[in-house]
Amino acid sequence: MRFPRVAWPAVLLAVLVVGCVAKQPTAVSKLTLDIRGSDTMVNLGAALAEAFMADNPHVELVVQGGGSGTGIAALLDRNADICQSSRAMKREEWEEARRRGLDVKEIVVGYDSIAVCVHPGNPVSELTLQQLAAIYRGEIRRWSEVGGRDEPIVVLSRDTASGTHAFFKEAVVQEGGARKGAEFGPDVMMLPSTQSIVDETRQNPRAIGYIGLGYLDHTVKALAIGTEGGFVRPSSQATEGYPLSRPLYFYVVGEPEGALRDYLDFVLGPRGQEIVEKSGFLPASR
Amino acid sequence: MDKWHKAASRFRTRRPLRGAGPAWLLEIGFAALVRLAGYLLIAAVLLIFYFLFSQARPLFGHTALWDFITGPRWLPVSEPPLFGILPFIVGSAWIVSWALALGVPLGLAVAVYLAEMAGPRVRSLAGPLLTTLAGIPSVVYGVIGLLVVAPWVARLLSLPTGLTGLTAGTVLALMIVPTVATLSEEAIRSVPEEYREAALAMGATPFQARWTVLIPAASSGIAASVLLAMGRALGETMTVLMVGGGRLVLPTGLAVPMRTMTATLAVESAYAVHRSLHYAALFAMGLVLFAITFFITLAADRLLQRAKRGVGQT
Repeated sequence: MRFPRVAWPAVLLAVLVVGCVAKQPTAVSKLTLDIRGSDTMVNLGAALAEAFMADNPHVELVVQGGGSGTGIAALLDRNADICQSSRAMKREEWEEARRRGLDVKEIVVGYDSIAVCVHPGNPVSELTLQQLAAIYRGEIRRWSEVGGRDEPIVVLSRDTASGTHAFFKEAVVQEGGARKGAEFGPDVMMLPSTQSIVDETRQNPRAIGYIGLGYLDHTVKALAIGTEGGFVRPSSQATEGYPLSRPLYFYVVGEPEGALRDYLDFVLGPRGQEIVEKSGFLPASR
Repeated sequence: MDKWHKAASRFRTRRPLRGAGPAWLLEIGFAALVRLAGYLLIAAVLLIFYFLFSQARPLFGHTALWDFITGPRWLPVSEPPLFGILPFIVGSAWIVSWALALGVPLGLAVAVYLAEMAGPRVRSLAGPLLTTLAGIPSVVYGVIGLLVVAPWVARLLSLPTGLTGLTAGTVLALMIVPTVATLSEEAIRSVPEEYREAALAMGATPFQARWTVLIPAASSGIAASVLLAMGRALGETMTVLMVGGGRLVLPTGLAVPMRTMTATLAVESAYAVHRSLHYAALFAMGLVLFAITFFITLAADRLLQRAKRGVGQT
């Protein structure tokens, strides 16, 4: 019997439904680990993952940025296996984990310094921590007040999804707790990525921004930051004396096993730590 | 049952079938399926509204709706938090207004040209090009805005930074031109030819006929296209996030950095702790956006209906 023509749409539909329901054929037992979180650490994560995958072809590591907060939310939603975070988890995030019955483990994989950067043509090359704080609180508004040209300061920040934002607010804007409750000034621009801060600083002589040291290159100028101990430039060699340093974390759920365990051992081992250093950070065992 | 007999016989007259039984079943099956799709769509909209509302409700115990809408400060992760979205509503309004002020005249000019003046070769080329323009991902527009438009705006107006609402609106204007152009062209073209002939017979020049008769006759269709473009501009996220500048206080002008509601949602919904006040506040902002978009779409729909009736009856 010939197939009735009107039945073709039904066949098509059936194929569609089956196609949607049927399990996709996966590459032969390739294990995928999702890694999400800090933009500061995304290049580091990619470098670590590439080196690990070269030795472990059966494991696939997918590294994404988005901000530390984004990574923590993904970890708690079980959408990520590892969260890379440039800040420690907040109290309410720990509570959320407990409410979901998740046993979250914190691992320090290295240390980062935050560079305060300006346009290479900006005559200012050092600021005290107090001046920097005043700029970000909106109290100092012109470069001439800190020894620069008579121009307004364009103040750039990461947005609130960023761990660097959270750290900077605590360490600089609130001066490590001395100015509790202080906020970023109203004119501060919250940009969606570290790269956009670098891009704007590179082309805007009035801009000031802060970035993870891993993003620092010759297109922008890093400022020396002054405390009682004098002015110190950020360096990937040492964090001593530089006031804007912080640990970098991996967060995982439960006792790591299998490929996840192998990867963490690799990251904390000599080869992983070498990559941490090469990416512009300090190793965990400094 | 008689209905299906008729439907099946219509098929049979076009294309003979072996056995009418399966054909009936298919007819009934498909009618049910199509109806189901329609109901699902309505249910989806209602469910989205309900979902937004139920997730947003905890906020209203902390901040009243009016304070939420008119509050000038947004400090979602501070102690204590402040939830005021007026800066983002105003930011959206500035950017959308500028995008419309720039994009609508341009889109209209394109529409008039394509409907009235362009030859068939230009027209056959312009259609696909406009579609392509509409299909470019917004992140691409964002990159162009960031690397080309922003430095250019900063230099031209000697602003401290090029990442402003003005820049975002300018890029957005480019993005809504295809919407305005294609829909308005359609509206102008659907005005009956007799209108023009009557105008010409009364002694109008072709230019006068175009501007005093044709375009006014198409005006509800054109207005609907503008409202749809407005909805598109209001909902746009990536571009305004990338080039808007992200200043969180009330924008007092167009040429300052600002952030829209959509950009705030995109950035913060990714990390807000579930069931926190911040999370609820983001859903409440989604609700406000939903309401605004809903009313714009409703208005556009009304105008389109009137446009159809107007042309049909006269």
